[in-house]
Amino acid sequence: MGQPQRVRVKDWHPPGHIRAPHYLRGKTGEIERELGPFANPEELAYGHKASRRRLLRVRFTMGELWGAEAENPADILEAEIYEHWLDPINAT
Amino acid sequence: MPHDHHDHSHETDGLSPSGHPYQPDQDHKITRWQTMEIAMRELLIEKGIITAAEITATVEQMDRRSPADGAKVVARAWVDPAFKARLLENGTEAIRELGVEPGVLKLIAVENTSAVHNVVVCTLCSCYPRNLLGLPPDWYKQRAYRSRVVKTPRKVLSEFGLELPDSVQVRVHDSTADMRYLVVPQRPDGTDGMDETALADLVSRDAMIGVAVARHL
Repeated sequence: MGQPQRVRVKDWHPPGHIRAPHYLRGKTGEIERELGPFANPEELAYGHKASRRRLLRVRFTMGELWGAEAENPADILEAEIYEHWLDPINAT
Repeated sequence: MPHDHHDHSHETDGLSPSGHPYQPDQDHKITRWQTMEIAMRELLIEKGIITAAEITATVEQMDRRSPADGAKVVARAWVDPAFKARLLENGTEAIRELGVEPGVLKLIAVENTSAVHNVVVCTLCSCYPRNLLGLPPDWYKQRAYRSRVVKTPRKVLSEFGLELPDSVQVRVHDSTADMRYLVVPQRPDGTDGMDETALADLVSRDAMIGVAVARHL
C-alpha cells in the first residue's frame, strides 16, 4: 500500500448550500477512506436532479487547521468532503 | 420588606405577593419557518395526503427513540471481537445483525483506545445517529459546542469532566455530509464477568458522542 493521497480543500467561497465547512477551506490533509458516490447536496438542496459525486473522509492535523493556536498539533480532525472540493497534491 | 407594601400594584414592581420576582414567560412570536410548517401540515391534512393521527404517531416514534440501541451495539462490540471488527469495518451492515434497522443511516463506528479518544460533532447543523441514539441533546445543536469542539476539543471535554492526558490523541469527527458516527468507548476495567445487558447499562449517550467515557463500577 502506498502513502495516503494528500489533498487540499479548495478555497472557494460560492454562495448557497455547501457542505465543505469554511474552517477547512484551503487546508491540506490526507484521504482517510473513500465513502463511495452520494447525491451532491449542493444540487439536492435546491430540488435539482443531483449528480452523484464521490465522498471522501479527509484527515487533518489540528496543527494544520489552527497553527500555533492548536491545543495539541498532533490531534486529528476528520471530515467528509466531496471530491469536487478537493485538489490532489502530488508527492514530490 | 415587600410584604409590607400592599398599597401599590404588584404588576408594576414585578414581584409576586411573597416578594419574589416573576420569571418571565417564555412565550415568543412564532417564526416564519414555524408558520410555514403549520401551513404545510394543515394543507397536507386538508387534502387528505396524510392524517393528523399519522403525524402524531411519527412524532411519538421519534420521541421514543433512545440511546438504548446504541448501548446494545457497544456492549456487543465489547464481548464479541469479530462483531467489533465488522462494526468498525462497516457500521451500517453490522448494526443489522442486532436487529437495528439503519434506514437511511450510514454509520461509521470509531473505537476509543488507551491511545485514541474520539468525539463527534456536526459543525454545519446537527447531524446525529438518531436511529441509534434517539434525539440529540440540546448542547449538541448549539453553536458553542459546534464551533469550539473542532478547535479546542480538550478544553471542551474538560468542561464535560473529561481530562485527557497528552499521550492520548484526540480525533474529532465532523459529520459534514452523509455519514453518522458512533463512538465505541473503552470497556471499563473489572467488568469481565458481566453480561451484555449489564454492560449496556454502563454506556451513556454522552459516551457514544465521545464527551464522556463508559461508567465505571
